[in-house]
Amino acid sequence: MAVAIVKEKWQSRVGQVVIGATPEQGGTRTHTITIGGDSTLPFLHFEGEVVNRPAVAMEVNDVEPDWHPLLKEPFMDVINDPAAWAKKCVEEFGADLIYLKLTGAHPEGANRTPEQCAQTVKDVLAAVGVPLVIVGCEDDDKDNEVMAAVAEAAAGENLLLGLAQQDNYKSIVAACMVHKHSIIARSPLDINICKQLNILINEMGLPLDKIVIDPMIGGLGFGIEYAYSIMERARLGSLVNDKMLAMPMVCTVGYEANRAKEANVDVDEFPGWGELKDRAILWEAMTATTLLQTGASLLLMRNPEAVRLVKKNIDELMVSNA
Amino acid sequence: MLIIGERINGMFKDIGEALKNKDPKPLQYWAVKQAEGGAHYLDVNSGPAIPKEERPEAYEWMVEVIQEVSDLPLCLDSTNYDAIEAGLKHCKRPAMINSVPAERPKIERVFPMAVKFNAAVIGLTMDKVGIPLNAENRVAFAMELVAAADEFGLPMDELFIDPLILPCNVAQEHAREVLEAIRMIKTLSNPAPKTVLGLSNVSQKAPDRHLINRTYMAMAMGAGLDAAIIDANDEALVDTAATAEILLNQNVYCDSYIKVFRTR
Repeated sequence: MAVAIVKEKWQSRVGQVVIGATPEQGGTRTHTITIGGDSTLPFLHFEGEVVNRPAVAMEVNDVEPDWHPLLKEPFMDVINDPAAWAKKCVEEFGADLIYLKLTGAHPEGANRTPEQCAQTVKDVLAAVGVPLVIVGCEDDDKDNEVMAAVAEAAAGENLLLGLAQQDNYKSIVAACMVHKHSIIARSPLDINICKQLNILINEMGLPLDKIVIDPMIGGLGFGIEYAYSIMERARLGSLVNDKMLAMPMVCTVGYEANRAKEANVDVDEFPGWGELKDRAILWEAMTATTLLQTGASLLLMRNPEAVRLVKKNIDELMVSNA
Repeated sequence: MLIIGERINGMFKDIGEALKNKDPKPLQYWAVKQAEGGAHYLDVNSGPAIPKEERPEAYEWMVEVIQEVSDLPLCLDSTNYDAIEAGLKHCKRPAMINSVPAERPKIERVFPMAVKFNAAVIGLTMDKVGIPLNAENRVAFAMELVAAADEFGLPMDELFIDPLILPCNVAQEHAREVLEAIRMIKTLSNPAPKTVLGLSNVSQKAPDRHLINRTYMAMAMGAGLDAAIIDANDEALVDTAATAEILLNQNVYCDSYIKVFRTR
């Protein structure tokens, strides 16, 4: 007996967001990256259109990060030079975008000035041709100053800037509007706040196709299923024409996967767990590929070997199964 | 919940006169105003203002002038199928045909026309004899309409079955039967046909019309109502539809859910 393939008829699709701007568009990028646009659940080519392949951004920090030495190893020659670090990620490790974290701005850390941060951004822009994702140091007041300076210094580049959150979004949204950038709207694993924040940002005048949702995630083994459900709910919402949930989603994979115990403790401590070097790579890769299955469009990652595995997985998933 | 705005109807004095005088302004005013209120479709009914033989031309004209100011799809409302067909030819977006009873000659006239123009159909659970009282007999008519959709190739989700609500002040016993009929109609096929009500009828000539309308709409949505022909500018009524969608988990809650409901 022939098996009937059940296909859902969706009314709508995920919105598309373009990151970066070429010289003709007012920026300096060699190309732009477009994410989102699917008209079905992830990778169901037989049911709808899978328009853009998910993109991988590799993380670069403006000061040496507090990562496990094994994770830092591939970057040790460039760890104090964000521009060189970014260049290495693009040229050697195949990063689609650079995810620049301005951690050094934190008042209790290096306390770098907004001007210094803006200069770092300019240096990275000069070093690579790919579009950039940029976030601050997670101190609200400082980030508001830093992101305003960054937005102005890179006016027209259509950076993807973060983070807008429910209790602190106005100043970064304004900066994005004035200097033509897109925004990451972060909500704490909460679909209701996610939707509300998108509405609040849109009400200020930033178009819906300039917003990317950061639903926040848990890494593998640390609540990834909660993230999975929330993201699935958002994706289903976008397919039934909920415009306020129909944005592509970005996931902080590298951060969440690499703070898990499994990505940090040595085999001596847990002999059954296998070598840390392999385990940490797989932990990050599995976190990423799990989230691809629920609709992640942009993965923010760290480990070059995990990036390689995930990009290979994306290649396979993008082959039509229609 | 699909909201079909009821206001462009020759039974209303301003529209009736506009039709006689070929004055597009009142139609265009209500097209825009109902869209602002939250309408997804605009019902278009000439009413008795226009003589029968002039109706096809009147429907063409109404469709044209409304589309000058509104992108909303139209719900062409008449018992004169030549008039509906004339209007369908001018619709820019797939329209809805309102309506056809469960009578074979009319089914044979309307369903092929709907398929040809890619239009949805509102089917009434009644025949020449009239509207049955109990839910089972309403559903029997619904089944005939479902079978007709299958026969003529109308996609099931483009068939809107109207189990016909009557005024509660004179036919009180119907309201509950209609709710039961909605529940049963949703089980007739997979995918299920859609359901629709001409909601304002439930409150005809009653003093508390708005309250009756919104109470009954919420109850009907709970039973599985997909669409309603309503006063799209009754703010509390549209707010009720938005809220019922949230409580039925058809839409993701957020603090601004009422406002977003209207901007879809």
